[in-house]
Amino acid sequence: MSVGTAVIRKDARAKVTGKARYTDDQSMAGMLVARYVRSPVAHGLVREIDTSAALALPGVEAVFTYEHVPTTLFATAGHPYSLDPDHRDVADRLLLTGHVRYQGDEVAIVVARDELTAKRAAALVRVEYDELPVCTTPEAALAHGAPAIHEGGNILERTELTFGPPVAEAMEAADLQLDGHYNTPVVLHCHLENHTAFAYMDDNDHIVIVSSTQIPHICRRIVGQALDMEWSRIRVIKPHIGGGFGNKQDVVLEPMVAFLTLQLGGVPVRITLDREECLVATRTRHSQQVTVRAGLKRDGTITGIEMDITSNTGAYASHGHSIPMAAGSKFRHLYPRTAIRFTATTHYANIPAAGAMRAYGSPQLFFGLECLLDDAARSLGVDPVELRLHNVARAGEITTPDGGTRYAVAIARCLEQGRDAIGWQRKKKELQNQDGPVRRGLGVAAFSYGSGTYPACVEIAGCRLVLNQDGSVHMQIGATEIGQGSDTALAQMAARTLGIDYDRIHVVSQQDTDVTPFDTGAYASRQTYVAAPAVHEAAERLRQKILAACSGLTGTPARELELAEGRIIRAGEPAEEIMSLGELALSEYYHKERGGQLVAEVSAKTVTNAPSFGCTFVDLAVDIELCQVTIHKIINVHDAGRIIHPLSAAGQVHGGMAMAIGMALFEELLIDPAGGRICNGNLLDYKVPTCTDIPELDCAFVEEPDPTSPYGNKSLGEPPIISPAPAIRNGILDATGVAINELPMTPKLLFREFRKAGLLPG
Amino acid sequence: MFAMENYHRATDLNDAVRALAAHPEARVLAGGTDVLIRLREGDGAFAHLVDINGLDELRQIDMDTSGTIRIGALATCTRIIEHEIIRSHLPVIAASLATIGGPQIRNIATMGGNICNGAVSADSACALLILDTELVIQGPAGERTVPILGFHTGPGRTILRRDEILKYFLFRPGQYRGIGAAYCKYAMRSAMDIATIGCGAALRMEGDIITSLKLAFTVAAPTPVRCPRTEEAAAGRRLDEETLALLAGIVEDDVQPRTSWRAERDFRMHIIRTLVQRVTREAANQQGGN
Ligand SMILES: Cc1cc2nc3c(=O)[nH]c(=O)nc-3n(C[C@H](O)[C@H](O)[C@H](O)COP(=O)(O)OP(=O)(O)OC[C@H]3O[C@@H](n4cnc5c(N)ncnc54)[C@H](O)[C@@H]3O)c2cc1C
Repeated sequence: MSVGTAVIRKDARAKVTGKARYTDDQSMAGMLVARYVRSPVAHGLVREIDTSAALALPGVEAVFTYEHVPTTLFATAGHPYSLDPDHRDVADRLLLTGHVRYQGDEVAIVVARDELTAKRAAALVRVEYDELPVCTTPEAALAHGAPAIHEGGNILERTELTFGPPVAEAMEAADLQLDGHYNTPVVLHCHLENHTAFAYMDDNDHIVIVSSTQIPHICRRIVGQALDMEWSRIRVIKPHIGGGFGNKQDVVLEPMVAFLTLQLGGVPVRITLDREECLVATRTRHSQQVTVRAGLKRDGTITGIEMDITSNTGAYASHGHSIPMAAGSKFRHLYPRTAIRFTATTHYANIPAAGAMRAYGSPQLFFGLECLLDDAARSLGVDPVELRLHNVARAGEITTPDGGTRYAVAIARCLEQGRDAIGWQRKKKELQNQDGPVRRGLGVAAFSYGSGTYPACVEIAGCRLVLNQDGSVHMQIGATEIGQGSDTALAQMAARTLGIDYDRIHVVSQQDTDVTPFDTGAYASRQTYVAAPAVHEAAERLRQKILAACSGLTGTPARELELAEGRIIRAGEPAEEIMSLGELALSEYYHKERGGQLVAEVSAKTVTNAPSFGCTFVDLAVDIELCQVTIHKIINVHDAGRIIHPLSAAGQVHGGMAMAIGMALFEELLIDPAGGRICNGNLLDYKVPTCTDIPELDCAFVEEPDPTSPYGNKSLGEPPIISPAPAIRNGILDATGVAINELPMTPKLLFREFRKAGLLPG
Repeated sequence: MFAMENYHRATDLNDAVRALAAHPEARVLAGGTDVLIRLREGDGAFAHLVDINGLDELRQIDMDTSGTIRIGALATCTRIIEHEIIRSHLPVIAASLATIGGPQIRNIATMGGNICNGAVSADSACALLILDTELVIQGPAGERTVPILGFHTGPGRTILRRDEILKYFLFRPGQYRGIGAAYCKYAMRSAMDIATIGCGAALRMEGDIITSLKLAFTVAAPTPVRCPRTEEAAAGRRLDEETLALLAGIVEDDVQPRTSWRAERDFRMHIIRTLVQRVTREAANQQGGN
């Protein structure tokens, strides 16, 4: 059966043979290229701008400045539209600005015949700024009298959530109260394919945009809003895409290319960011300060958790306050018997705008929570795995909003399996009483996540299945393949429900908002979970239509027919083929009087959100003198429901773990707090780990099918990135006794902390 | 696309030197892994290029009857690393070059470019310094041979004049025979990174007594440096923990690391002290190979 097996990915052959066409592989006659003029100052107002030298350069077609763009503010976050005006994203962007808010902000754009000319011309645009005071940190941005980065001040939003019994009482009932303060840095997505998009017009009324986006349908709506055009006049096409990790769950270049083609009479205009621009002038992961306070009983029972997060969204809101709020609403499932109070503040600052990035605030939150729990375990003398086993969600404990269905919960089994895989008990004994410059340690951390955004946002997906003349099926889905493998997983599902071979399903991978069924895109680890119902229902309907058609032809009642491996057989009797699907299809298409094209189309909303869980176990060594961490073994164990494609699933986990190790030990965008200068906005100085820095990565799945998905699956795209960083930190603590409460745990930071702890001479 | 203004592909060494002499802004283009990066960044100083990739004589790697090894300035890192002569006689050169960039970079980058670029972090510099390598340089007036010590004059600066080309590196048998040598690149990543600190050591021993130590650092001063005070203190001492601790104390007088946003002085100094001990030990372990 196709579900649960590692069939060959739909895009594998095209990608490895170089045939897959990405946005930049497409060219059009007369295409122009555009390049932004970016601000060298982090906060200021343009006093004067002179474009004459740029315009005089041969090959330059046009220069637009902030004075030429529409004055309607728009929001860029890749969320579905909300019917509730209070739930809409913050509209704080213009296409270009005269009030620059971070080093790299966009004041003008040059359009030229080739990239080199565009680059030269951009450098020729003379801009003078009146500089404003710069605030890059929460302390500076939230200080009394801080310069307002946007009208209305620097606080975007403050909220409070509570779950369970009152926290104050729960804290009182505790034997131990402990708190910790944790800092996480600005981290970058570093997807292989930089942001790129082009736009053109092929009539007078419509703009066509080809873009490397995770959210074609949302993109269409936002471009319409930004240019004040009817949404239906915008058409967004998404070819193959080289990764996004959330950085393309935002509308970045599309409104600008649409604006430019509109201004230039429909001529195709492309913007491709170079790597350095892509690193700092798109979106980043929010730097957060996480303060956690926990109350525990002597036996390790967590009675209450209070958490406060300050989230730095940078120059523009983008996903803004949704980041801490999403994480805040998802973590409670891990420890559901605990009273929780969660508060969060999101603020602006003069640093690159933060947006969505893999696991959307949860890595920051769980870094705080899972570090504090290890500190608590040490204080109580309780084994950290036992402490978690004691408190994590149990089977049947979490239900759908209506209370009608119990979600699958298998986190305890994940912890047990991970503990055995790492050899926890045995090694714990061996590693007692170490000294010397190199010491080993074991670490653990757990997490919970969601499988979509409901009830915060609408969850809608669409699937259209068409029976072809040859008996194969074309599948059109709103679900957006961004490399994560959704085309393959959804084809496996359709094949299974229809009763035909996986190879007989052709997925139309390229999305085109004029024809693709509606789905809001690839984010929130939702894609397979929320598309499954639409695929299931469409496949079921097409199957019934096929059987009904066959019944009409043969006179055999449909209920006595079955579709299996692409043949229509008598139910329960595989040997008795009534006709092949191809024969039936030809008749349906071409019989002069009877039949028709067999099509099934379903748009389905998902009103459940299965919690998914997992944990990381790590065995590492710390070279105290060299301030270096070496990971000997690291394993993620996931409770992601039924695994649709084992190899793809392992790939997701490996990728997420590698990114997490980057966040734990290497990556940090450094910004000088004095002037807002970005110190390391390039891949030499921003230390994304190379393959030689990543250890062997292990993963395992505890497969407990979730009843809310027709195929039993839950989320897996983002979750693998959540727990490795705190597990590594807890491993370092185990090895050295030093609690590092900041990321990334680079040699420079370890040096400082080891000195403070007296492990290195001061 | 690069904003190149002039490009001349030299036909022989004299042609190259003539072209450099005729165009004061012209720069040599070898593997281009430093030059093209600068050009891409819009550095106009690299827009006029004399390409020396046609000069096959500069790719030579050989050993003469006296045992002097010659490596042409244009030999790529990969070729040097894989060359039999280098593997058996100059393993520390191979080990150093193996830390440069990644395989793609090493396939095109040259050791000549690494040294002529003048970077204080150049990964071949420590090994060249501890082997007292000689450099053969061609200019309009002829050839001159200079020691590597003193070749670097400041960050990004060397004694090379605008119209001079580095031809060969020479390694004398008296320098490389009978030593144990090691290089450690301390960086934030294990590939594709510049050194936070680089340390090389070449050791001659008699029993467990050090007869001579040559010690070099990169990124520890405005140029790659040797450590005369530490070297002097090491001579005649037993190689043990006490000696290593002593050397770790003295080395502070031989280096002047600075604070930058990349790393604090304190941290660099701590790594320098640690590496003196570890790399000297490692050099001792390499004894007797060649
Ligand atoms: C991704 C990447 C990673 C890198 N990693 C490292 C690393 O880990 N360690 C490291 O040390 N370096 C590293 N580098 C820098 C670079 O690769 C090396 O310095 C390399 O050895 C330069 O050699 P090249 O042949 O490419 O020099 P080129 O770029 O051609 O030239 C470099 C300089 O030397 C001059 N020059 C070259 N040859 C001669 C000659 N024969 N005579 C006179 N002048 C000459 C040129 O004019 C230029 O100024 C890296 C570079 C990149 C792009």
